[in-house]
Amino acid sequence: MAKAFSNLMNDRAAAERAKAGTSSEETGPSQATLRMKVETRKLNFFYGASQALFDISIQIPERSVTALIGPSGCGKSTFLRTLNRMNDIVEGARHTGEILLEGINIDGPEIDVVALRKRVGMVFQKSTPFPKSIFENVAFGPRLTGVTDRRELDEIVTTCLQRAALWEEVKNRMTDSAMALSGGQQQRLCIARALATNPDVLLMDEPASALDPASTSRIEDLIFELKENYTIIIVTHNMQQAARVSDMTAFFYQGHLVEMGQTQELFTKPREKHTEDYITGRFG
Amino acid sequence: MSRLRESVLEWAIFFCSSISILVTAAILFVLLIETVIPLNGVKPFFGHVTLWEFFTETRWTPTFAEKHFGVMPLVCGTLLVASIGACVGLPLGILSAIYLSEYAKPKTRSIVKPILEILSGMPTVVYGYFALIFVTPYIVRPIFHSLLGLEVDSTNALSAGIVMGVMIMPMVCSLSEDAIRAVPRSLREAGYALGSTKYDVSLKVVVPAALSGIVAAFLLAMARAIGETMLVAIAAGNNPQLTLNPLKSIQTMTTFIVNTTKGDTPSGTIEYQSLYAVALCLFVITFTMNVISHAVMRRFREVYH
Amino acid sequence: MTPPPGTPPQPARTASNDLRQALTRKSTVRPAEVIFSSLCRLAAWSSLGILCVLVGTVVWKSWGYLDWSFLTSFDSQRPELAGIWAGLLGTTWMIFLTFTTAIPVGVGAAVYLEEYARDTWMVRFIRVNLSNLAGVPSIVYGILGLTVFVRMFDLFAREGLITHLMGKHIEAIVIAGVEIPLPLGTTLASGALTMSLLILPVIIVATQEALRAIPPSLRHASLALGATRWQTVRYQVLPAAVPGIMTSIILSISRVIGETAPLIVVGAVGFARFAPGKIGSLKDLADHPGGLLQAPFGKYTVMPVQIFNWVGQARQEFQGVAAAGILVLLGLLLFLNGIAILIRNRYQKKLRW
Repeated sequence: MAKAFSNLMNDRAAAERAKAGTSSEETGPSQATLRMKVETRKLNFFYGASQALFDISIQIPERSVTALIGPSGCGKSTFLRTLNRMNDIVEGARHTGEILLEGINIDGPEIDVVALRKRVGMVFQKSTPFPKSIFENVAFGPRLTGVTDRRELDEIVTTCLQRAALWEEVKNRMTDSAMALSGGQQQRLCIARALATNPDVLLMDEPASALDPASTSRIEDLIFELKENYTIIIVTHNMQQAARVSDMTAFFYQGHLVEMGQTQELFTKPREKHTEDYITGRFG
Repeated sequence: MSRLRESVLEWAIFFCSSISILVTAAILFVLLIETVIPLNGVKPFFGHVTLWEFFTETRWTPTFAEKHFGVMPLVCGTLLVASIGACVGLPLGILSAIYLSEYAKPKTRSIVKPILEILSGMPTVVYGYFALIFVTPYIVRPIFHSLLGLEVDSTNALSAGIVMGVMIMPMVCSLSEDAIRAVPRSLREAGYALGSTKYDVSLKVVVPAALSGIVAAFLLAMARAIGETMLVAIAAGNNPQLTLNPLKSIQTMTTFIVNTTKGDTPSGTIEYQSLYAVALCLFVITFTMNVISHAVMRRFREVYH
Repeated sequence: MTPPPGTPPQPARTASNDLRQALTRKSTVRPAEVIFSSLCRLAAWSSLGILCVLVGTVVWKSWGYLDWSFLTSFDSQRPELAGIWAGLLGTTWMIFLTFTTAIPVGVGAAVYLEEYARDTWMVRFIRVNLSNLAGVPSIVYGILGLTVFVRMFDLFAREGLITHLMGKHIEAIVIAGVEIPLPLGTTLASGALTMSLLILPVIIVATQEALRAIPPSLRHASLALGATRWQTVRYQVLPAAVPGIMTSIILSISRVIGETAPLIVVGAVGFARFAPGKIGSLKDLADHPGGLLQAPFGKYTVMPVQIFNWVGQARQEFQGVAAAGILVLLGLLLFLNGIAILIRNRYQKKLRW
């Protein structure tokens, strides 16, 4: 099974190189040369008395796609949610350790969590369009920051829908209700909506798990396009997806970060036995 | 033998459940026989009074020597009190609902919710008494008479309307709260993830999403206000007149019914029949509002299930 | 991939300082937000304020009028002698008679709808019907009661249908020494029947919900042991539903005690110097216990109607008497609701799914 993955990775890497016109053997950014966009140091997370994350120290490079994989309940989503402090709204949630965005501790007392969430966007597993028009959904974020000029809003909405590869399908029905879109379209709308606040980082919690294969494939293409401008961290329980889409992969197990590395290496030559067991399907 | 007993029992409880249909049929029948259907050779109400007069005549004087049967003064009085009640009760109710579901800590909820239940279980004679004895002399009169120099009748639509608002507030609050709670958590989270404050999420995400449920709640509360009797009988007055001045004494449909039956009006007379005509009018209005409200509520539930 | 033309360029975020500034720029807490949350809090707590003012007004007004003799005296033309005894007795009778009729019928209907009926159009129609009935103004129930129970469609009147059929004018029938007037007239029975119809939808719906909450496994287990449907209901389901039925009773008690309009329409007396069945004290009960059976078929008053009557009096002192009456009414409400809640909680403790 590991061989199949590595074949997939080689194919993808070859395609990338062909597109980029490079002849280098290097695929994707390496940890050493790029800045770390997001970093956690010794992050421990608790829901009340039970501990969900143990001593997570991770570094996410900018303008890349990092996949978080692992069996259900291993803490991937919890970890993701600490990065934009979504766990603040959960009763009894607390953590120790540092979470850094470009070196800035996001738990600092001077940090405005509302501003943080505009710079670190999130897309959820189940698409959650607001029961408003398509336009109003995407315009929601900019309106919060005080943008009221109609032309400016139009520009932002158009750009984001284009970036989310939804523009062609909805450009003639911007005032229709977002609830009338299909599942895949709704999820792309949610992506457009998240992009509208001009974030640096995009957190995606199993964004395609509720979608059919065709829509999933579109979303994966989208992620590949988006990484040019955004730092993307995606939680997925689908290993093939992680292999297709990400530059770096981190394997979580029962709240611990077992291994992290370049996707190609992790899937072909994992360092930890645990990782190899998971990848080859021995559990989870 | 036991088989027979089982069958009898099943028929008995089937009969019990069909009583509700019987009741509805009876209400319709009862309201129609005095007003529309001639029975025992007696001309019904609308045999004497034309629909045109009923709806366009501006005086209601069935018990006077010179009789007029225009229902509009009663309807107008009812709607005047109900509208004032709406202006008081709907904002109070919806704001409380937002507070209880989005802002309040569980400890606060455990205090405020029982208080609202007590208020909603309060007999309406008590509300009427409160309006007459406290609101008119100590709130309405000081503001409108002493301060603004306007004439305030001792029973008036404003006092009744204000207390009516208090009366419907618990109902609006509890139904709106249900609607707000039906909005899925994921929608709220999506709002927060876009960098919204609690205020943004409440007002721009949750309330719009719960809107049709809230509208259904409003309609139900209004129907309740329109059908209310004792509060208005005590505090709004006994004087049917077509006016929009809330400081005047008026009469509602319900007050007319309750005060006329007190006098033990003999059956067969046009005064007696007018009772049923007004009751029919009242029933049609409240029934329509209830039906619309339930239809809106059904559509709302469909969206979130 | 080149971005489409016309896109605003992504601003270079090179300096961390830029980001730090963006993150610490405390979004100026808009005054609108503070005002809004304060308004919401004010609205919710206003309920407490209103309740205090309400009760305070009533207590203040009742000063000097609420005493033991008020509780045990009949009404009077003189405010200082007026009492609520007739109303207390009438209300007690009303509660007893109403629930005796409404609970069996209501629970029976709920049992049928939940345990026996298949999901036919008839059953769905009944369900819709019940929610509509719950929204009918109580005074319309009064008109219903007036026509059906008090006047009985004028069938027994001098020109009525039954008089024609029977050849003579029947005014009453006597069963076991109890004289039952025909038509039923402005008696306690008419009032109780009208109130039963009023609270029936509430009892049916609340009992239905209680029955629905009981897991089907209980019924299956009973049926698997060879019990009939009725036996299952009688010995397993209903006992388990008792807390829910108590809830429906709690919800209806306040209505039965506090409803005034339908009872006025159905002929509850405003000024009453007698007790139902002429039994106003234990002595009366000893003298002629037959009055207990006669009471439902005589005239009556209830507390809220007495209060309404006092409020309408010209003499200002009667407002104080009314206030005293209101306190007694609220006291009874509190007492009965409290007992019902206690009983329900005791039953709920015994049942643990």
